[in-house]
Amino acid sequence: MESTSRTFEDNARKALIDADLRRALTKLGHGFPVKRRMAVERLPEFEGLRDAARAIKEDVLENLDFYLERFEERVVEQGGQVHWCVDAAEANQAVLAICQEAGARTVTKSKSMIGEEIAINEHLEANGITPVETDLGEYIIQLRGEPPSHIIAPAIHLSMDQVTETFRQCHDGLAADRELSEPRDLLEEARAILRQKFLAADVGITGANMLIAETGSVAVVTNEGNADLTMTLPRVHVVIASLEKVVPTLEDATTILRVLARSATGQETSVYTTFASGPRRPGDSDGPEEFHVVLLDNGRGAMLGGDFHDVLRCIRCGACLNHCPVYGTIGGHAYGWVYSGPIGAVLSPGLIGLEEAGHLPNASTLCGKCEEVCPMRIPLPKMLRHWRTRQFDRDLVPPASRAALKGWAFLAKRPALYRAATGLAMRLLGALGRRRGAFRRMPLAGGWTAARDLPAPEGATFMAQWSRRKGARP
Amino acid sequence: MAGQSPHVGLFVTCLVDLMRPSVGFAAVKLLQAAGCAVTVPAAQTCCGQPAYNSGDDEDARAIARRVIAAFEGFDYVVAPSGSCAGTIKVHYPRLFAGDTDMAKRAEDLARRTHELTSFLNDVLQVTDSKAEYRAKVTYHDTCSGLRELAVKTAPRALLGGVKGVELAESGGAETCCGFGGTFCVKYPDISGHMVDAKADDVIASGADVLLGGDLGCLLNIAGRLKRRGAAVGVRHVAEVLAGMTGGPAIGEGEG
Ligand code: SF4
Repeated sequence: MESTSRTFEDNARKALIDADLRRALTKLGHGFPVKRRMAVERLPEFEGLRDAARAIKEDVLENLDFYLERFEERVVEQGGQVHWCVDAAEANQAVLAICQEAGARTVTKSKSMIGEEIAINEHLEANGITPVETDLGEYIIQLRGEPPSHIIAPAIHLSMDQVTETFRQCHDGLAADRELSEPRDLLEEARAILRQKFLAADVGITGANMLIAETGSVAVVTNEGNADLTMTLPRVHVVIASLEKVVPTLEDATTILRVLARSATGQETSVYTTFASGPRRPGDSDGPEEFHVVLLDNGRGAMLGGDFHDVLRCIRCGACLNHCPVYGTIGGHAYGWVYSGPIGAVLSPGLIGLEEAGHLPNASTLCGKCEEVCPMRIPLPKMLRHWRTRQFDRDLVPPASRAALKGWAFLAKRPALYRAATGLAMRLLGALGRRRGAFRRMPLAGGWTAARDLPAPEGATFMAQWSRRKGARP
Repeated sequence: MAGQSPHVGLFVTCLVDLMRPSVGFAAVKLLQAAGCAVTVPAAQTCCGQPAYNSGDDEDARAIARRVIAAFEGFDYVVAPSGSCAGTIKVHYPRLFAGDTDMAKRAEDLARRTHELTSFLNDVLQVTDSKAEYRAKVTYHDTCSGLRELAVKTAPRALLGGVKGVELAESGGAETCCGFGGTFCVKYPDISGHMVDAKADDVIASGADVLLGGDLGCLLNIAGRLKRRGAAVGVRHVAEVLAGMTGGPAIGEGEG
């Protein structure tokens, strides 16, 4: 998708006055975080599991080549194929080639963030193939032509009324006055339509939550079971996954699954957890004839051992979004690209460029809530700071901010001068503000005073008063 | 050090120095009452966080070097702020990661540095107070103090020793107020919405006064409460603990 991260401020402003979005975000803020907390409280060993999950991924990152080769070997042994792709273009090409080979006209898809990252839908459409999203949320936003606003709940920004309206507009040939007032009605309608699509599809594309080196399996979790239909009904199953998704063993996969659902939605486990290994074997009652894994690097290999190494542990649970006070205020679309929230602010500058996504690492108070809840203990605030440092070093900071910062730093390094300048200013402001105690407006601080008063300083600075007292009582 | 009073260097913090010196005097009073000898090194200005959080590591390092030099030799360094203490304790050593000699000095300072309430309660084991403050208060856990320094129980334990204080916890006590240092300047609209949600939460607690340990956040929340015309006062926790609540609350006028 085309990024709008450059206009982050405008995007955010629009989000702040979008009443439907505000309601949706309030609901989100009271939903997932509470459920996560309850799930964690029910599992005393949760903190230990986080450490274990983190250690598994650290080992994977240390030995990534080894595990990926092992995974490939096992996939091939079972009759599948692995396609190594350096970037989005290669991955898109690989998927398209498989679809064309299969003579595909429509493909079903279960939710995949990598699919969003490489914009596979656009690529298939441009080549005359119709992709159909089968995750309910993804399906809704596909109808609306919108990108996902959350990595696990793509349509979280929409109200039920908006969904009803979309269905009435997009689902032709159904009675105009049909009942669509209950979530159940919407679900049934989507289900009936998707059932046809599942049966008609020539190729099914899924993402993967994990790739298991020991067995050559891919693990996919959903709450709707749509991935299972996507991977078993069509003749060809294509998995698109980034390379850091690999884990050594099934045992390791289970450890990670135990923190994944709890962190994401507060469920003990997702409703459907499926391990798919290779194409259908003789005697299997279902399964595809072909099994392909499209493995995407897209800059990840280069992150190993660097400032952003730790982010490769991410399991895309969405906990950092659910708990982020900034995400909770503006929602996902304001971030302007595929990944939003804290994880998006860390990933996007690397994927679409710091020039393009420069706002994102700055649009955080560094409150640290994301790191507190991240099951993989990824130090997200530290990485936001890494981006800020690069921005500063590469002169990507707006000149006015840079000048203000430099001016302040010049004074902060010279205590005597600092004292003289601030002492005078505070006495003046203190005198002006004493009666009311706060300013409603202040030149150069219009942003602050638009929403809040600016409390007035007391007057003489602490340092001025302290040196006077010391003078009086040596 | 047995029998001797610990020598504390007070890191005043730039916001307390400029905006609310009375918090600095409250800190001095509390430290002295706990048996410390307090010195305020004249060579301090700010911990350098605005530069550090803006990616200007060079200036952040230059400022950190000065702070490290100014606070050498004290048994402890105490700041009435979780955010500034966190910068010194957690981030200074990171800033000098490539420079063995400076890293050692930064580590040494980090070890000696504490946020005020945590120092009083966790290090000096202070629990009682001679202060009295008849009010229903709610406490805002400021982000850096809470998540970088684990300041959570200390201020509450200390408030428990103040006669007359009734603590009414709010549901969002640990939620960021939207201050974020330079964040509120760069993204004032988003910050404004965040502090409005914080104000809702404070008002819903039914408290007369909001307390916290970081002046930046308190200025932000007080500013929003005042703009909304809410009758909730805002003070730094040190003022209450030191029994120095005679003057106007943050953002309140004299007349
Ligand atoms: S960064 Fe952590 S919390 Fe955020 S999506 Fe990844 S694993 Fe989940």
